[in-house]
Amino acid sequence: MSNPREEQGMTGFELEFAGQQLVALSSGALWWPDWRLLCVSDLHLGKSERIARRGAPALPPYETRDTLSRLADDLDQTGARIVVCLGDSFDDLEAARALGEGDRRWIASLQAGRDWTWIEGNHDPGPVEIGGQHRHDLRIDTVTFRHIADPVATGEISGHYHPKARVRTHGRSITRTAFLMDRDRLLLPAYGTYTGGLHCDEPVLRDLMRPDAVAILTGTPPRPVPMPRDR
Amino acid sequence: MSQIPPAIQTWFSTRGWSIHPHQQDMFDRAQDPATLLIAPTGGGKTMAGFLPTLAELEAGDHHGLHTLYVSPLKALAADIKRNLRTPVDEIGLPIRIEDRTGDTSATQKKRQRADPPHILLTTPESLTLLTSYEDAPRMFAGLQRVVVDEIHALAESKRGDQLMLALARLQALCPNLRRVGLSATVEDPDAIARLLARHPDPCDILLADPGPDPDITMLETEDMPPWSGGGAAYAIPAVLEQIRRHNTTLIFHNTRAQAEIFFHNLWLANDEGLPIGIHHGSLDRQQRERVEAAMVRGDLRAIVCTGSLDLGIDWGDVDLVIQIGAPKNVKRLVQRIGRANHRYNAPSKALLVPANRFEVVECVAALEAVKAHDLDGDPRGRGPRDVLCQHILIAAAAGPFDADDLYAQMTTAGPFADLTRAEFNDCLSFCATGGYALRAYDRWQRLQQRPDGQWQLRDPRAAARIRMNIGTIQDSDTLKVRLKRNRGGKPLGEIEEGFAASLTPGDTFLIGGQIVRYEGLREMTVEVTRRADKKPKIATFMGTKFATSTQLSARILDMFAQDSWPQLPRHTAEWLALQREVSHLPQRGRLLVESFPHDGQEHVCVYGFAGRNAMQTLGLLLTKRMEETGLHPLGFVSTDYATLIWGLDALADAAPLFAIDALREGLDSWLAGNAVMKRTFRASATIAGLIERNMAGQRKSGRQATFSSDILYDTLLKYDPNHVLMQITRDEAMRGLVDFGRIEEMIARVDDRIDLVRLDRITPLAAPLLLEVGKVPVKGSAEERLLTEESTRLLAEAGLML
Repeated sequence: MSNPREEQGMTGFELEFAGQQLVALSSGALWWPDWRLLCVSDLHLGKSERIARRGAPALPPYETRDTLSRLADDLDQTGARIVVCLGDSFDDLEAARALGEGDRRWIASLQAGRDWTWIEGNHDPGPVEIGGQHRHDLRIDTVTFRHIADPVATGEISGHYHPKARVRTHGRSITRTAFLMDRDRLLLPAYGTYTGGLHCDEPVLRDLMRPDAVAILTGTPPRPVPMPRDR
Repeated sequence: MSQIPPAIQTWFSTRGWSIHPHQQDMFDRAQDPATLLIAPTGGGKTMAGFLPTLAELEAGDHHGLHTLYVSPLKALAADIKRNLRTPVDEIGLPIRIEDRTGDTSATQKKRQRADPPHILLTTPESLTLLTSYEDAPRMFAGLQRVVVDEIHALAESKRGDQLMLALARLQALCPNLRRVGLSATVEDPDAIARLLARHPDPCDILLADPGPDPDITMLETEDMPPWSGGGAAYAIPAVLEQIRRHNTTLIFHNTRAQAEIFFHNLWLANDEGLPIGIHHGSLDRQQRERVEAAMVRGDLRAIVCTGSLDLGIDWGDVDLVIQIGAPKNVKRLVQRIGRANHRYNAPSKALLVPANRFEVVECVAALEAVKAHDLDGDPRGRGPRDVLCQHILIAAAAGPFDADDLYAQMTTAGPFADLTRAEFNDCLSFCATGGYALRAYDRWQRLQQRPDGQWQLRDPRAAARIRMNIGTIQDSDTLKVRLKRNRGGKPLGEIEEGFAASLTPGDTFLIGGQIVRYEGLREMTVEVTRRADKKPKIATFMGTKFATSTQLSARILDMFAQDSWPQLPRHTAEWLALQREVSHLPQRGRLLVESFPHDGQEHVCVYGFAGRNAMQTLGLLLTKRMEETGLHPLGFVSTDYATLIWGLDALADAAPLFAIDALREGLDSWLAGNAVMKRTFRASATIAGLIERNMAGQRKSGRQATFSSDILYDTLLKYDPNHVLMQITRDEAMRGLVDFGRIEEMIARVDDRIDLVRLDRITPLAAPLLLEVGKVPVKGSAEERLLTEESTRLLAEAGLML
């Protein structure tokens, strides 16, 4: 078992998956040092715009700014050359179109000099008019990146479920967004500011993950526990 | 003196009744714009409110709605309908009486809008909903009078503020509307009168004869109360004996969990099988109605209940009220006693049953206060702006409005009389666009200004969403509890989501007087099976929590200063003596701080006696200071007299914690990040309409789609800290936590006279705090440390290598 480490002011949890050395970052991003690749999932940019458009109350319109600034920090600290956004990057395609000029320029500046892939998600199933390549999935080395886990795949990194996990200790219950991992798949927590989570004890996640799966709770540093299955 | 119509007088005299002086008084003032009547329960208060209506409707020439009756409880509206029916039918008055609450059928509701009755009995929420319809002017045309019952209860919460905004709107529709308020005994009648009357109309206050002093004592038992705990199990045999001796006994508890446990224990000891029921707000409606019906029929000898039975429902022949646990404040005690013996001019009979020894002290202090007619209470302050935001949206749902008119209308409501135009504009802007410093997506704004200057909903369909979110009562999120069956078994009631989250399959808890086993969560329903166990895992779900008044606290401190305590039972006197021996008793002018290990954690207990709100604030400030000094606090709980903090490391020096400058410094910044602020934000954001709570089906459609209101709070704090909702949250928190002034006052009084006592175990006086509800977690370094420890332990246990 490895220890959490400090790297360039960043905390992470080192793990081995599909024969690769990866780092689960405290922000909820995944760092792959060998490829200098940063992977984030479920950014849900433009969520407050979409909610207002549907006639619901106008939420504070700062989530795109907040999500991008955390992403910028992670890119800065890792020095990533490759970026994979695992789908649901935009809350819907209309939200991607409605993104403000400032936010577009900011994304463009983050993309400069980087190989940037938007994996399609169920919220953003088509291409968006923002730089970077658009893919249904992406294979690098032994690893496949895709939005929704395929139950028969192996070596797969996915998002979609917004996993979170709960640990009970000393009479209190601590809930954090979490990475879920077993020998076949690695699920990333949602990275976007306006995202909730799905408890890993929900049947869909219990069924997807093997009995010996671990949940890595985000925090400083991130910490692993056997994936909680009982409600 | 005005003449009460002969038919009504005759009806009184055939029943052998005479008209009370205050009923005549109310009749004489029937034309006044506003009148407040303060009378004890059973004093014919309701009849006093309705006499003018009956007289005015006698001729049968009034068409449509004449009188609106508003009460805080649905059950009360139904009860009054029954009670009013009798004289109306017997006198043969041509009056149609109907009620309208959340329980009224949709068909009935629709018909009432088209063809309103003469007298409509309703609740503030249902009334507010009525004012949100476009046809409100037609429905309320001709309305003459509004009677607000139990207004003292409404005045304690935002429901009163909301009601007064609804009345302001009605008054705009019906300028000659006359208002009557009916109230139990209160400490500050003027404040209630200001709430009731259209500002700046005058409002006369009538005081009915309060009747004889109540017969109220502490129940004597053979067994002594325990040092701590809230169950009062020791008193079960004595309580059963009292039930046997009386016709009908009401047994009040301060929390639902306590009521459940007591009811369970009562039945275990109820060898004769006396018919005893339970009634509280977490029970399923059908179960509650069954108990209510049995009560009306006189089938029950006792009802174990909470505040859900607190108000003036006139049920059966109640001849004894038992209060289990400390009465917390004297006013509420007096009102509860009023439940017994609804015969005017007969003394009410009540027994106090302290659950533990600290409560013995509180009960004795409360009895002294009742004898001295020393009522207590805190002033409510200005009307909260989250309610105002909701009403702007409600106005918009009813149709286009002019901002000047709406502002003028709202300032006629007592709580909002000093609302400034700038404050109103902020709320309007919040409702229209969200009111953010960053102007995003204005094309989707909720309210738009028309060319003629009037405001209207951009999307008329939004009106339905607004109506679904009317109300100011904050249910903390609750989950339904059902017996496990193929297609969903019998509903038993509700528990709080937080309590449900703490359960693991196999845990047992009490609900509706039965022990059930937690089987699992299915969608949003807690599934359980029945268990024959005798002892459950304790139900920690909360009922209403009351604050002991500071007046009562002062009486308790005076009692502590005595050398001995002849007025207290021997066991309690011995308990205080023991506290004095192993530690100190709190004194005026000094601050007692105890430090001791308990249950594997370090504890600090601060006896500030500054009232629950100030002690809560102190808890926030102290844990922040302890976090900074590396003591790893984990959480705290506050009562009116003390704050108990637990954490990983022991406190060695108390004085630096209480340095007033350090406490004052950064009050804002550390209040900003804490759990109480987030809780307050969630409540205000829901009332103001930022968070919608009643979207049908929304919660089922996948929980990852919704996200916590804490995220919205954190986002606003970071990017828009002066947003109107953040201002409202701060105001509300200061109102809820009470201002820093009380803490400053306490510290100035104490100066450097701080007594830090280090002990090897919990003290007699601190023990009851462990069982207090409302624990506030501190999310700091201790949580990270615990998580690391638990991660290591769990991985080792599972034999996992990473």
